[in-house]
Amino acid sequence: MTKKTTATAEKKAEKDANLAAKAPVNAGLTKDQRIELYRKMVRIRRFEERCLRAYQGKKIGGFLHLYIGQEAVAVGCCSLMGKHDHIITAYRDHGHAIAVGMDTKPLMAELYGKVTGCSKGKGGSMHYFDPTRNFWGGHGIVGGQVPLGAGLAYAIKYQGLKGAAMAFMGDGAVNQGAVHEAYNLAALWDLPVIFVIENNRYSMGTSQDRSSAGPGLAQRADAYGMEWALCDGHDVYAVRATMDKFLTRAREESKPAVVEIDTYRYRGHSVADPDKTYREKTEVEEYQRTKDPITLFQQTLRNEGVLNDELVGQIDTEAREEAENAAAFSEASPFPTVEDIQKDVYWEVDNPAQRTSEGRLFFDN
Amino acid sequence: MPVISYREAIRHAMAEELERDPNVVILGEEVAQFHGAYKVTEGLLAKFGPKRIVDTPISEAGFIGMGVGASMLGVRPVMELMFWSFYSVAFDQILNNAANVRYMSGGQINCPIVIRGPANGGTNVGATHSHTPENVLANHPGVKVVVPATAADAKGLLKSAIRDNDPVFFLENTLLYGEKSEVPEGEHIVPLGRADVKREGTDLTIVTYGRCVLHSLKAAEVLEKEHDISVEIVDLRTIRPLDIDTVLKSVAKTHRVLIVEEQKPFASVGSQISDMIQRAAFDELDGPIHRLSTIDAPAIYSPPVETEQLPNPERILKAALAALA
Amino acid sequence: MAEIIEMPKLSDTMTVGTLVKWLKKEGDVVKSGDMLAEVETDKATMELECFFDGTLLKIFTPEGSEVALGEPLCAVGKPGETVEAPKSKAPEAAPAKEEKPEEPKEEKPEEPKGDPAPKSESSTGKKETAPPPEAPAAKEGRIRISPLAKKLAAEKGLDPSRITGSGPGGRIVRADVLAAEKSGSAKAGSSPGSGPQVSGFSRPGPIQEEKSVPVSKMRGVIAKRLLESKTTIPHFYLDIEVDAAPLLELRQQLNGALDSSGVKLSVNDFILKASAEALRRVPAVNCSWEQTAVKHHAAAHVSFAVAIEDGLITPVVRDAHEKSVFAISSEVKSLARLAKDKKLQPAQYTGGTFCVSNLGMMGIDRFSAIINPPNAAILAVGTTVKKPVVKNDQIVIGQRMTLTLSCDHRVVDGAVGAQFLAALRQLLEAPALLLV
Repeated sequence: MTKKTTATAEKKAEKDANLAAKAPVNAGLTKDQRIELYRKMVRIRRFEERCLRAYQGKKIGGFLHLYIGQEAVAVGCCSLMGKHDHIITAYRDHGHAIAVGMDTKPLMAELYGKVTGCSKGKGGSMHYFDPTRNFWGGHGIVGGQVPLGAGLAYAIKYQGLKGAAMAFMGDGAVNQGAVHEAYNLAALWDLPVIFVIENNRYSMGTSQDRSSAGPGLAQRADAYGMEWALCDGHDVYAVRATMDKFLTRAREESKPAVVEIDTYRYRGHSVADPDKTYREKTEVEEYQRTKDPITLFQQTLRNEGVLNDELVGQIDTEAREEAENAAAFSEASPFPTVEDIQKDVYWEVDNPAQRTSEGRLFFDN
Repeated sequence: MPVISYREAIRHAMAEELERDPNVVILGEEVAQFHGAYKVTEGLLAKFGPKRIVDTPISEAGFIGMGVGASMLGVRPVMELMFWSFYSVAFDQILNNAANVRYMSGGQINCPIVIRGPANGGTNVGATHSHTPENVLANHPGVKVVVPATAADAKGLLKSAIRDNDPVFFLENTLLYGEKSEVPEGEHIVPLGRADVKREGTDLTIVTYGRCVLHSLKAAEVLEKEHDISVEIVDLRTIRPLDIDTVLKSVAKTHRVLIVEEQKPFASVGSQISDMIQRAAFDELDGPIHRLSTIDAPAIYSPPVETEQLPNPERILKAALAALA
Repeated sequence: MAEIIEMPKLSDTMTVGTLVKWLKKEGDVVKSGDMLAEVETDKATMELECFFDGTLLKIFTPEGSEVALGEPLCAVGKPGETVEAPKSKAPEAAPAKEEKPEEPKEEKPEEPKGDPAPKSESSTGKKETAPPPEAPAAKEGRIRISPLAKKLAAEKGLDPSRITGSGPGGRIVRADVLAAEKSGSAKAGSSPGSGPQVSGFSRPGPIQEEKSVPVSKMRGVIAKRLLESKTTIPHFYLDIEVDAAPLLELRQQLNGALDSSGVKLSVNDFILKASAEALRRVPAVNCSWEQTAVKHHAAAHVSFAVAIEDGLITPVVRDAHEKSVFAISSEVKSLARLAKDKKLQPAQYTGGTFCVSNLGMMGIDRFSAIINPPNAAILAVGTTVKKPVVKNDQIVIGQRMTLTLSCDHRVVDGAVGAQFLAALRQLLEAPALLLV
């Protein structure tokens, strides 16, 4: 982003933030609902901190993309989901999984590669799914999930349901062709989908200045005649206020939109990646000090008289215990077997009574 | 039995399935107003309307990916690729998303889409439009791959494909669209994964599929008349799942094998079949397994030479005689 | 209790990390989230994060050292707590632990129970110690035949070497077998063997490509074990010439008579049988040196050397002293086949007490073999040659075969070795004894 547009963006976001708490979608929240928003963010953070320890303790293989710092985005967006609303996201998916209500035990077990994992140890960190909670993954290829998100919206519309899809992506995804193809289809056919850009400022280690041309990311929606907006992702109220507007419009009028949510990740792209080659440590510290979504929302709720020291302490303790329990559960769970490797490949193989095809489906000697 | 074209057979299959299941949608470039680039979908828009028959922009990654997403929620998209050659621009959607999503979700999701369209050379459209990716597709566990040779098979197999709960890739052939043959009246279903002996014989088994079945039948006639050689032709019809048993049964009868495919030879469908035959029927072989493929180069444009690059009856005849040496 | 902080896994491919720099020193107060040190991984330099609140009590790893995953780096706990450097656990990552390679060395001299198989860590086991090979069937050359024709010929009792192939390169195909069956021309057993294939055309250019071929694992072990045998066992050698005519005559009779049943005895089958019987008569040869004891083996497990790709192996005919020559013959055939296919189980090539190596079919007159430890002797068998011999004071044409026994002098003295060879000669020259 150029300096000029950064300034514009900040101005717009600031304005949104002032209105956020008073927006009906937030003003109508009960005390318990507010606490629940806060609790979810804390649970995500404690869960992921425990993940990091497990990773460093060699319990977890592969990559581990942590969401720490971005919690208000997933929690804010997913708290608005109704029965016919669906979400899909990329590989930084732990926050969304917890936000839609998945149990942290199978989530942790998935990271440990255990058969009790949410994908039976077949997907790993990047591939969480829970169709029963309208959560369609968890996708590893940057931008690859965005057309699928348009497809969810297509299905909602085709089936005549009042719902919307949220297709999350990072700021690094906006230069992928598939994203633009999905934009075009959504705009062309008025699909009820919100493309949510979680802009944490770096596509892996490349800053937005060095990766994306043009005045802004969400603004590219103009080219497709789509509505777009910027939003402060450090403030869960602001996320809810902005997203509610577009979700309602999508459900009622079947209109797509692009929402760019300003956020920040404290950890490396994956925990295995260097974190000092592209940004200063002071930058991270500045965000932690001034914009941490959990600290900010805690303060808001204290001001509202909803939270106090005791409750804050209790929520934190419970979240730590939950994360410990998830780790213990994962540790105690068995790994999948070699026989499990070839399950869940074909629907027909998993449902042999209903198989209609014949012949060999696997080709081992 | 009515005699209809391969094109009509595919259209009938789609029309019948559109009628049967309201979740079936036809999507693709030029499938509605234009009647289909090869007129396969002609008349469907008029009959089923624009909700069921949808023209897409030229945006394969976008609309295929969209179809994959919609299928996860229970829509059953039948998506036309104007040419299968365009699969490469949607590769991530086809082979990362459609093929893997069931596995990565631990079996929570299935993806009942059909992607169909022609995959063949021989029409002088050059290398970019002449890919035959059945081997590449079939290399991915989780997907099914069908290559019908006749009108009856095209109809019966497409109906099975649309009803299938796994992703099915259906590879047609522009040079077969006009080929007419008998198709049974009424509900006609051919299960995926069942090969068909298109001609019985005792001296040589030709394992083949797609348009090469027709070429092989022609070559077999000449071999019978002029060389007194009796050829059995096994049409695989489906590449994955694969009916290897029918192939092995034929090998046990003739002891000699020629595999004919419109494929580049390296790591082709024929390579796979050849490996399976030598392993399962080693003691039945009275000679090495022979393969006839496309001459190993990108598809040449020059019309008379392209005919020679592909398997054709003359090349099959020569290859059959070599396989019998 | 102090918490021991170990080298963490900081990347998906990391196995060791370098402790670049400590950011805290012993005695510093630390809290969860503090960075303790910089660690360089295969991907990047990362910070070592503290997950505990307390005092950095002890640093175990100096700056600049390379540390395997899971090895202790430092301890955090309450001030004043004492910590011992924990024992390194490094189960998978640490490559070190120098004792490991020594283990076999220490064990070997003690090798107690006369299991004649040298303790071998690899599954290639016994073949590594084998003496020069016999080269079975090499002389016949390879017959080109289709799998189906081969199966048919076997079913119909036809000898493929007597069928003319009509396929490419002379390959025998089904039609050829059917034709041969009709004409009755290729009954098995009547075929004369063809001579060894020799290609002697002089062509310009190098005789082979100049190159260094890395030593395979098997070849490396063969080299090591044979060197060890030859340099640590005091070998001595005894030759004896045997009249092979009675043996050849008997073999021909038997093979002629048994033709239809498919039995075909080789000279080597008789030598294996004779060796077992000779061991019965002179059991002092059926022994092993065990440093402080000489192990006497109750059974004659006779092994024989087989050449295989890039090496050799010695399958064992167990309890050969209790088996007929026919039983030995069929067992040898199946063991040799398994050996060629590299499908021998360890039990099939370990535990021999005596070894026979035969280069007779390669035309070698006589040779000295290297002992296959822990055997005390090995028999080297040369080819049978026609030469003038004095019989009843007449010079007649004799069929003579030279046998050479290599002995471990620590176990077998000259007289014992001589007794064994005398017994062997007696048996081979009166081979009917081998049939009783």
